[in-house]
Amino acid sequence: MVFPMFDANDLAVFPVDVWIADGVQWLALNLRPLFLAIKWPIENLLTFNDHVLHAVPFPVFLILAFLIAYRLASLGIALFTTIAFVIIASLGVWDESMTTLSLISTAIVISTAIGLPIGVWCALNDSVWQVVRPVLDIMQTTPTFVYLVPVVMLFGVGTVPGEVAVVIAAAPPLIRFTNLGIRMVETEMVEAGLAFGADRRQLLWEIQFPLAIPTILGGLNQTVLTAMVMSVVVAMIGAEGLGLVVLQGLGRLDVGRAAVGGIAIILLAMILDRITQKLAQPATSKAKRSLWAAVCAALIGFRSKPATGPA
Amino acid sequence: MNERLRIENLYKVFSDRPEKAMSLLKAGVGKEQVLTETRAVVGLNDVSLTVPGGAMYMIMGLSGSGKSTLARCINRLNEPTAGKILLDGRDIVPLKPAELLEIRRRRISMVFQHFALLPNKTVVENAEFGLKMRGVPLQQRRKRAEEILSIVGLGKWCKHYPHELSGGMRQRVGLARALATDADLLIMDEAFSALDPLIRSEMQDELLRLQRTLNKTIVFITHDFQEAVKLGTRIAIMKDGAVVREGTPQAIVADPGNDYVSAFTREVDRSRVFEASAVMQPCEAIGKSGEIQIVRQATGKIKRIGFALDSSGRVVGLLDEVAFSKLDAGSACEGLMSREFVKVRENTKLIDAVRMNGPQQPMAVVDADDRFVGLLQAEHILAFIASSPSTVASAHGVPNV
Ligand SMILES: Nc1ncnc2c1ncn2[C@@H]1O[C@H](COP(=O)(O)OP(=O)(O)OP(=O)(O)O)[C@@H](O)[C@H]1O
Ligand SMILES: [Mg+2]
Repeated sequence: MVFPMFDANDLAVFPVDVWIADGVQWLALNLRPLFLAIKWPIENLLTFNDHVLHAVPFPVFLILAFLIAYRLASLGIALFTTIAFVIIASLGVWDESMTTLSLISTAIVISTAIGLPIGVWCALNDSVWQVVRPVLDIMQTTPTFVYLVPVVMLFGVGTVPGEVAVVIAAAPPLIRFTNLGIRMVETEMVEAGLAFGADRRQLLWEIQFPLAIPTILGGLNQTVLTAMVMSVVVAMIGAEGLGLVVLQGLGRLDVGRAAVGGIAIILLAMILDRITQKLAQPATSKAKRSLWAAVCAALIGFRSKPATGPA
Repeated sequence: MNERLRIENLYKVFSDRPEKAMSLLKAGVGKEQVLTETRAVVGLNDVSLTVPGGAMYMIMGLSGSGKSTLARCINRLNEPTAGKILLDGRDIVPLKPAELLEIRRRRISMVFQHFALLPNKTVVENAEFGLKMRGVPLQQRRKRAEEILSIVGLGKWCKHYPHELSGGMRQRVGLARALATDADLLIMDEAFSALDPLIRSEMQDELLRLQRTLNKTIVFITHDFQEAVKLGTRIAIMKDGAVVREGTPQAIVADPGNDYVSAFTREVDRSRVFEASAVMQPCEAIGKSGEIQIVRQATGKIKRIGFALDSSGRVVGLLDEVAFSKLDAGSACEGLMSREFVKVRENTKLIDAVRMNGPQQPMAVVDADDRFVGLLQAEHILAFIASSPSTVASAHGVPNV
């Protein structure tokens, strides 16, 4: 025997798993206030959204959904949205759908609140982007599944920790697209601003941000879809909603139940995708809709025709 | 004329470390060689020029010659590497950011080649952009923007978006945006180059019309010599970042000075560049017939021609060979002269003089006070247009800076 037997398993001398487990435990113990502080706004917003969505009477919900879809997208999509919600209700998973929708809507709000400023900051400051980019890369290449491990360790199980995982997954695309959108604004536009004496703040609000909005809305579409996917996956750590329907169906080998959950998920995903995709399309012959108009409309519901549009 | 803008020994080197390139440039090394030795791109190489107030100053040159770089140095979109830019005697190169903002908001404005209108703003919002940056209240700036838009003929388009406008109209908005701030120095970087020829010519006329009333100082970048000649009161011609020839359009066409410049001037329509005064023939007074002064073409011609002038030097009649021989025979001038003659101002472009010369007779050239200064004949105009100045004969070598 010339070489001693050398097996790959002999190399497994580093107890990395133990280290990580210890490290996370240390974090969970010592940074508890931090995690509570993260959890607090998420929990409150989620509870609020959940209550509201469950409290709205079904017919009122349908009308609102129709009007919002009509305002943000088109008549066709509005009709599709209404019919899809009726189907979801007829499948008998209305409450679960509303829970999922509250998970998604909360994630959208929080991702926007975090993602927009970070994205803008990254676009304006190269060294910030140098730091943020690898983090986003890691977050977006990590399988959604693997997120759940640290989340469970740090935040526990249930719907609220699930929501934390949803937000963590949903925010990166928005940050990325906001950064990209602002950086992609034509130099001639920026120079026009500079030539007329715009300072940094004016440049951002008058030129860079407004011109980046189509790209940012593209990012919003990605964020919504990621939130949709994650809101299902987090059923594995005990979050309620349509994901739980599927999971329970599988667990009991109840194919029918699992399929019902699946169909509802697909319908919900299609509704959200159609509406947000339409938002992100650059308005050509149609009236231009600003982000604010869109957000206001989404919050307030249908109002008059866009005031910013040309005749 | 008072000077508005003076540029002194301006250099721009595109490089993080321009020192080596600068010392090479100062030693007289050219752009190409600096590039191979230091990999730094030379944008401007020792540019000095003076723009008088109210001038339409054309910067002209081939692609890459540094025209845009020069224009953008003036409002500091490009940072000059060395040199001075004096706006009304004050150097704007060392200004602090806040002072620079003020200059950009009040003194210098810009018209862009591809318009650079903001697509999310209406025409009137675009036009008032500069005023908004300055913090002018909404109503006030709206009013001003609407005024300017109606001056450029877009009064009815305020509420529309740029994408609904044609190229020419968009550039009118660009022009309105630049004019609205009341900046007295306008930088127009190839402002009409993106327009098709007909619209371009229309916009040139529009700019000339506006300039007559507004009397701004305009630095106009172009690579089209015809445009430079049509619009310019002075032209600076650039090559490899340096000014190789500077002067009035007439002086440059008459004497290009070097091959680079004569390549541009060769194609130019001289009848549109030169004025009657450049071709007119001097006349000599040969005597009086009563109150009337008689002048005759000075150069010895077989056929004598001349004009009859009144006591204050105004032209009253044309005298041809027949008239002169009768004058010699002692007839009175009154009855001999033809009152059917064409009179042109000395600053009339030759092409227009030819067009006015319906009767195909010698024309009288007069000054602003209507007094006779010379005699203009179609054959001389033709000869002048056809004569191409030989660059060899007039090679000055030294650029006229
Ligand atoms: N940002 C930059 N970085 C490096 N080099 C540059 C930069 N901008 C311009 N240059 C170089 O400076 C030189 C002059 O460019 P400039 O844009 O002023 O030319 P121009 O005369 O305006 O040409 P055109 O007619 O094509 O617009 C060119 O050699 C160009 O490559
Ligand atoms: Mg240029």
